Order: sequence, then structure tokens, then C-alpha cells
Amino acid sequence: MTDLSHIRNFSIVAHIDHGKSTLADRLIQETGTVQDRDMKEQLLDSMDIERERGITIKANTVRIDYQAEDGENYILNLIDTPGHVDFAYEVSRSMRAVEGSLLVVDSTQGVEAQTLANVYQAIDADHEIVPVLNKIDLPASDCDRVAEQIEDVIGIDATGAIQVSAKTGQGIHETLEAIVRELPAPKGERDAPLKAMLVDSWYDAYLGVIVLVRIVDGVLKKGDRIRMMSTNAVYPVDRIGVFRPEMQTIDALGPGEIGFLTASIKQVRDTRVGDTITHEKKGVSEPLPGFKPSQPVVFCGLFPVDNAEFEDLRDSIEKLALNDASFSSEMETSAALGFGFRCGFLGLLHLEVIRDRIEREYGIELITTAPSVIYHIHMRDGTMIELHNPADMPDLTLVDHIEEPRIKATILVPDDYLGDVLKLCQDRRGIQQDLTYAGSRAMVVYDLPLNEVVFDFYDRLKSVTKGYASFDYQMTGYREDFLVKMQILVNDEPVDALSTMVHRDRAEMRGRAMVEKLKDLIPRHMFKIPIQAAIGGRIIARETLSALRKDVTAKCYGGDATRKRKLLDKQKAGKKKMRQFGKVDIPQEAFINALKMDS
Amino acid sequence: MIEDWQNGGFGVYVHWPFCQAKCPYCDFNSHVVAKIDHESYKSAYLFEINKKSAAISGRSVTSVFFGGGTPSLMEPDTVRAILTALKERFSFSNKAEITLEANPTSVDYTRFQEFRDAGINRLSLGVQALNDNDLRALGRLHSVEEARKAWEIAQSCFDRVSIDLIYARQNQTLRDWEEELKQALNRGFSHLSLYQLTIEDGTAFGDRHRRGRLPGLPDEGLAADMYELTQSLTSSAGLLGYEISNHAKADEASRHNLIYWKSGDFLGIGPGAHGRITLNGQRMATENQRAPTVWLNEALNSGTVGTMAPVSARDHATEVLMMGLRLAEGVDLGRISLICPDLIDPQGMSDLRDQGLIEIVGDRLIATPRGRALLNSVLVALID
Ligand SMILES: Nc1nc2c(ncn2[C@@H]2O[C@H](COP(=O)(O)OP(=O)(O)OP(=O)(O)O)[C@@H](O)[C@H]2O)c(=O)[nH]1
Ligand SMILES: C[S@@+](CC[C@H](N)C(=O)[O-])C[C@H]1O[C@@H](n2cnc3c(N)ncnc32)[C@H](O)[C@@H]1O
Ligand code: SF4
Ligand SMILES: [Mg+2]
Repeated sequence: MTDLSHIRNFSIVAHIDHGKSTLADRLIQETGTVQDRDMKEQLLDSMDIERERGITIKANTVRIDYQAEDGENYILNLIDTPGHVDFAYEVSRSMRAVEGSLLVVDSTQGVEAQTLANVYQAIDADHEIVPVLNKIDLPASDCDRVAEQIEDVIGIDATGAIQVSAKTGQGIHETLEAIVRELPAPKGERDAPLKAMLVDSWYDAYLGVIVLVRIVDGVLKKGDRIRMMSTNAVYPVDRIGVFRPEMQTIDALGPGEIGFLTASIKQVRDTRVGDTITHEKKGVSEPLPGFKPSQPVVFCGLFPVDNAEFEDLRDSIEKLALNDASFSSEMETSAALGFGFRCGFLGLLHLEVIRDRIEREYGIELITTAPSVIYHIHMRDGTMIELHNPADMPDLTLVDHIEEPRIKATILVPDDYLGDVLKLCQDRRGIQQDLTYAGSRAMVVYDLPLNEVVFDFYDRLKSVTKGYASFDYQMTGYREDFLVKMQILVNDEPVDALSTMVHRDRAEMRGRAMVEKLKDLIPRHMFKIPIQAAIGGRIIARETLSALRKDVTAKCYGGDATRKRKLLDKQKAGKKKMRQFGKVDIPQEAFINALKMDS
Repeated sequence: MIEDWQNGGFGVYVHWPFCQAKCPYCDFNSHVVAKIDHESYKSAYLFEINKKSAAISGRSVTSVFFGGGTPSLMEPDTVRAILTALKERFSFSNKAEITLEANPTSVDYTRFQEFRDAGINRLSLGVQALNDNDLRALGRLHSVEEARKAWEIAQSCFDRVSIDLIYARQNQTLRDWEEELKQALNRGFSHLSLYQLTIEDGTAFGDRHRRGRLPGLPDEGLAADMYELTQSLTSSAGLLGYEISNHAKADEASRHNLIYWKSGDFLGIGPGAHGRITLNGQRMATENQRAPTVWLNEALNSGTVGTMAPVSARDHATEVLMMGLRLAEGVDLGRISLICPDLIDPQGMSDLRDQGLIEIVGDRLIATPRGRALLNSVLVALID
């Protein structure tokens, strides 16, 4: 156990891709925590999907030892956090476990929307903030401009900002010194009863549930009997340790320290993130404040392409949910798609990540239905229904009014593109709340309906601003609006997996866009297929997919028979896997892609 | 009771795998080599014939087809030796059709007479286009003028001459094709093979196409228009479209190719050749090594040639259906249900009938003209 004055705990926060994980690599390497030969880029991004996409999804904790210039030995606990807005929850709870933040800003890009969002969270958490200007090895790096921006836009002193290249290692020593010098040591009472914060938990195939804890007061030792204050469940502690970054067991964790425990906990569900852990006997009576649980905001149906794989899908969803409390699921049935699950996600990236993992790690091909947010349906009888799936929309005559979730969106954009951004927000039913300037960049704040944002707002924003805008959002609450359910009919049959809620004034436009998209997404068949959008019984948009006229092999002789027959068998098998809606085969990708709009 | 293969008859296919140049669209088993040891190849063909005929001697051959590659580059003596060997082992029907595929260059047509003397009585000439620019774009070594010379010589040497043309070429308009096809129809051929250009994987065109470097190909609508125009022009000229890409005057259809479409038996001789042979009531598929030298070595040194495997009843029935629906006369449903009773999906069949893509006439299942143009999709819907 280390003396409190020799501990520093901090998170590394930044806008997406500004180099948090690469900076963590250098800190780990410079301090000799990992041997050079075991190093690899973004060492902490260990999930396949993280490595493939080059982004961090899960926050990671590492303990490093550092001998500072003052000759003293320090223990530094760093938490590398994700940058993407879908995983903002990971950042906020990580911050609750530490006293300071390294605010990384890419010195070729400057302050972006998540830079701001993270700073506000850090300030909320009473953090000491050390600004780090990264990527100074790049020719486009402009530290003076970015330091000025930090002062102007964020309002924190950037004179001491450290100039770093996480790529070359320049400035890493200075960063380590600043951590020791600038960040406060944790406070805590070694002799007080145990009070520890449950920061995170996940399932490990060998060790069972692993709990990440931050000790506030007292000492946690192997063999202690601990109590989870929210459930009063008691567990004997099997193992205590720290991440370096692989797991290393130690005998005890004292105040100010961050580490893990295992205690024969069966399910991740038995642990509550933000809970307070104390000793069974002589425990504390007042828990820590805890934190708000994360809430899924985007919902969609996941159905196996092959009906026979339903049980496998159930299995894979259960396993993934074990490690991801922000992912929810319940069984769903659809007339056309059979059995599946309605699942909730933190955002579209989160949805894509989960879908990818089910498809790849479990080998199940999926149909993903149109994503939806949660609507509040207020009934005439005064009750309220939470609608996760437009297909379940109750009889309109029973409905009094409908409310939809709204968000506060913050967008930073170079002046040149401001017009396009305002138009995009306006088109998406946004209400402008603020517009300020920081140098040549505008910061706009909009109140927007979440359903206009979830599918493709970010893609559109990137495309209209050539990638120069950044975006962050927070949920603000529910508001009534004139919303209707729009159905899509393919070959005169309603396809419930394509039903969406839309604003009445935008219905025609959305309907037209969707049927046009579907016309491209559905392959031509041997007959012509009308594709229509309807509200109630009224058709508001219509396209016709013309019939295929020619699809025949020109040459087919004796030597071709085997190959053509095998090809036919393959097409046949492919078609068997496709879901038929009436007589029409709709490809899996169509359900999400139909919603993406070109404007 | 007759055996199933007798619905189609029995023929022999001989593959010659060499060409003067490789055409960029072609995915046939064809190769360009500096030197060919004709004597060794001859021995190998004879060996394979000897080997494969043993189990089925006593049958009567109605057709032999020398295909390629470019079999008009074979030594006429090799052709003669092969035919002699076949005649020693099988009886030949009086009107046996003996076809040779030929390219219309001088190297080839100066030998037409010798091929006739060796026993060839039908020539299939790969003209491909009646326009020099397009011939160049197709990588052909001959001009229209040479092709004309070739078919004139051919018409003087052989009883029956057919030419191949490829349409739906780069930048070809419907009018261009109409003009070109009319010209061909004016030459008095009794048989035409008219193929829509297919972009095959693993060819130079396939490669260019994938990289977006093969502009001007027709869209599906234009291709369909060209196909329909082809059907109507040929039929008004008295050449019945008896198969998707083949058109002939009465009685002039390729009897050999009909064996394939009617799923008869055929020996497949030569590199990469496939065969179908019914032995003791079981249909067998034979397949040879594609690479010419591998096949050659095997034939000359190992004592066996190629592989042979049984065709399941379902696969057999699928072939009968898939090949048979290519024909204007369609296919015998009773024959299919005898081989595999549950091959056809009754719901699919009734939908296709409602859509006017197939019809049932007596015991025959026939794809309508619209259905034939969509045959790949029709088959997917038809098979259970
Ligand atoms: N040239 C240069 N590239 C850098 C530097 N730091 C990071 N990068 C590159 O920037 C990209 C993003 O780096 P990451 O470390 O994954 O960024 P991150 O902030 O962890 O990203 P998220 O976790 O997805 O938010 C990678 O391609 C890095 O190689 C640097 O100092 N110089
Ligand atoms: C075995 S090939 C060629 C015979 C001969 N070697 C020749 O090229 O004239 C038979 C015919 O198939 C046709 N063919 C080959 N490749 C084709 C393709 N990719 N698309 C359409 N027709 C093709 C040509 O018309 C060719 O004449
Ligand atoms: S089209 Fe004929 S000549 Fe050209 S490569 Fe193919 S087989 Fe040989
Ligand atoms: Mg990262």
C-alpha cells in the first residue's frame, strides 16, 4: 500500500481520435510498465472490434510506477477513455474514480465538440485538468493557435499546456512530471471503515465477474467479506489486484488506489456500477453518491436471417449483455421476420458494434430493422405507454398525444460551413439555442428531436462540412409534437420492420426518400413491385420497381452443366436465407439503409 | 423401358485446348503455347478413347463434336485417327453429325478440305462480329473479309455450316446489331449461334470490368431489347430459336448440342472435358484435368484419365430441368418426377404460371419466351 501523497489518479480524455490511447501507450512504455518487445499500437484497445475500427470502446485502467525528478516513487493510475459520443457514459463514470484529467487536444485540429463535453464533465467532477497538445510531429500542428482556443472556448489556462507527440514520444517525460506536479493526490483515511466505489464490472471466462474498484477510505484485503450496499449481498473476496495492464494480484488496496477484486460473483447483473462496497462488519452506513445508470436511446429489432438460429441468437445476446449493461434486449415477434429481439443501444455506433460482434463472433447473420427512439404515448385514459417499436403503435383513437425525446446538440464548425450546418439542423426540426464564435469557428447549440439525429445526422454533418464539424449531444427530455406512424408497403403488403414514427410535416418528404431508397435497395424481381409509404390508409409516396427482363446464361453446353448447377444450388440456398415479404425478397441491409437520407 | 439417357442420345465431345491467341472475353479451357507435340497429343486422345469406351461399347454414336480452344488448329490426321478409333469401338448412325469448331483465319481455313476428308461434315465458325473495329476490340486475329472467305470455303466443303456471333458488345446500339444480324441472315446459313457477350470472372474483360475500365456495355434493358430483336429477326428469316442462343432452319439444329440440352450421355475426351455416362442405370459425371500437359502426362503415363463420380438423383433431375428449359420445346415433367419426385416446388410452379413465365403443354413444361429470357430466376423459383 502506498502513501496517499505518492498516488496520482487521472483519466485521459479527448475528442475522438485525438490520440488518447496512443498517449497511454507512451506513458506505459516510458515507465517500463510493459517491455518494448510486448508493445503494440493502442495496446489497451484489446477487443477485436476496437483494433479493427481503430477506436476505443471500453475504458481501460492501468497502474504504472514512476520515479519522478524529485527522486520519489509514485503510483499513477491512468484510465484511457473512449472518444465517441455513444460511449460518453464510460468517460463520465471513469472520471468519478480519479482526481484529474489529461485533456488531450490534437494540435492539428483544435478544440472539438467532445473536447468541450469532456471538459465540462471534468469540471463537474472537480478535476484538476492538464491540457496536452498532441501530434506536434505533424506539419499542420499549431500549438499557439490551439492553446489560444483552449483559453477562449473552454476558459481554462493553457499556458502550461504540454506539447507532445504520442507518436514519437516527445514531451512524454514532461507529461509524467506534470501529472505528479499538477494533479492532486487523492484524499482518504486508511483507518476509517472501508468505502470503495464500484467503477465497472465485466465477465471473464476464467475468473468470473471482475469488479473495478476505487478505494476511498479503509483497506480492502484478500479474504475480506464485503457487502454491496445497494443489494446488501455479501461476498468473500477471492482475489485482489491491479492492471499493468495485464492482471497482477496483490494483497491489499488502500485509500486512493484503483484495482480489481473477484469474489465468486456469478453474474455482472449482481453488481451495480456506482455502488458502494464496504465490509460486512463495521461497514460504513452512508454510501457514496453513486451515478446515474446509462440508458439505451436507440432501439431496433434483431432477427436471425435463418429462423433456425433463434436460440443461438438468444445465447449470443445474453452473453454480450453480460458485459455491457447499456445494451438491453427483450424478445419480439414479427409477422414477417418471425422470432427475434428488440434491443436498446446507446447510439448507432453501439448498435453496429453489437451487431458486428453477433455476426462475427457467433456466426449468425442478422436482419436489423429500422431503428427507433422511445416515444411516450399518452392515452386518452391518462396512462402513458413507452413505445420502443413503431409496429406496436396503439389504435390512434385511443391516443391523446405523443411525446418524443429531445437532445441538446453542440456543434463546432468552421465559419465557411456554418450555413450548411444551420440548414441541416433546421431541416431536422431543430431549434437554435445559441451561436457563438471562437476565432474562425462557430459553436452552435441546437435543440433537436433525437429521432432526427440517430440514424444519419452525424454522417450528413460530416459530409456537408467535409469532415470539419464536430458534434456532441445530451438528452434533455420529452416534448409533445405532431407525430405519426408511417408504414411502408412493398408489393401492397405492409412491412412492419420498416415502420417509423415521423413528424407529420416531414412525412411526405421522408416517405418519398424512403421509397426511392428502397427502390434501389430491393433487387428487381420477375414482376414489377409497387413500393409505397402510407399514413393510416393514405398513400403519401409511391415508386415502382420495374420487372427484370433478362437473366439467363448465354452459353450452356455439356461442360457447363456441373458449374451452372452448382451456381443454381448456391442461388437457391441464398434465396432460402433471404426473408420473403409476400413474394418479395428484401435484403438485410435494406432496413437500416432505407432510413439514411441524402439530405 | 428405355434408360433415361436415351431421351437425349449419345455423343462424343473432344476438347482441343490450344488457340493462336487468347481472346479477352474467353473463359474456355484454351491456352496459347509456342509448340505443340501433335504426336503425343494424338496418342493421348487415342488412349483416353480406348479407356473410356471399354465400359460402354455397343452404343451407337449419333454425333461427335471437336470443340475448343481452336480445333481447326489440330492436325487433320489427329482428327482422322480419333474418328477411326471411335468407329472401331462404336457403331455410328448413318447421319452421324461430326462437327468441328473453327476460327476464320487463313491458318485454319486452308485446312478445311483436309478436315472434310478426315470425316468432318459440319463446321461451326467463330465469326463473332461483322465489323472490323469490334473484332479488334474482341481481340480477334481476323478481319470481316477473312471471315467471309472462311465461310465461303466452308460452305463449299461442308454440308452444314454454322457461325457464332457475339452481341451486346461495347457501344453497340440496337440498330447496329439489327444491321449486323440482317447481314448474317442474308448469307443463307442454316444455323446461327448468337451469344450475348458475357463478362466472365478470370478473363481480361472480367478484370477490366471490375476496375471500371470496360465502358459502353449495355444495361439490362438494352440487352433485353437485343435479345428480343434477335428472336424476332431470326424467326422471320425462318431460323427457329430452338435454344436460348441457337437458331436453325428445320432439321438443322445441332444434334450434338441437343444431347446436352436433353441430358443424354456423352463421352468427354481431352483436357478439361466433362462427360455424363449412365452405367448400370446410375448417371456418372466424368471430369478431366484442365491443364493440357497435366492431362497429357496422366493419359500417357498413369494409365487412367480424369475422375468419375455418381450424380445424385436430385442433381441429375436439376440438370434435366435446367438444360431442358433452355429449349423451345421445354422438358418432359414425367421424366423429371421419375428421377426426383420432389424437385419442383408446386407453389413456385403455379406462381410462375400466373406470371406467364412458364406453361404446361401436355406433359411438357415450357418456359415462355419471356420466361426463357429470365431462365436463371425462373429456375431458382421453380426448384424446391
Ligand atoms: N502523427 C501522429 N499521429 C498520432 C499521434 N497520436 C496519435 N496519432 C494517431 O492518431 C490516430 C488516433 O489515435 P488513438 O490513440 O487511437 O486516438 P484515441 O483518442 O484513443 O481515439 P478514440 O479512442 O477512438 O477516441 C491513430 O492513427 C494514431 O496513430 C501523434 O502524436 N502524432
Ligand atoms: C469454344 S468458343 C470458340 C470457338 C473458336 N475458338 C472461336 O473463338 O471462334 C465457342 C463460342 O463461344 C462464344 N463465346 C466465347 N466466350 C464468350 C463470352 N464471354 N460471351 C459470349 N460468347 C462467348 C463465341 O461466340 C465462341 O465462338
Ligand atoms: S474465343 Fe475461341 S479463339 Fe478465342 S481464346 Fe476462346 S477458344 Fe480461343
Ligand atoms: Mg482510444
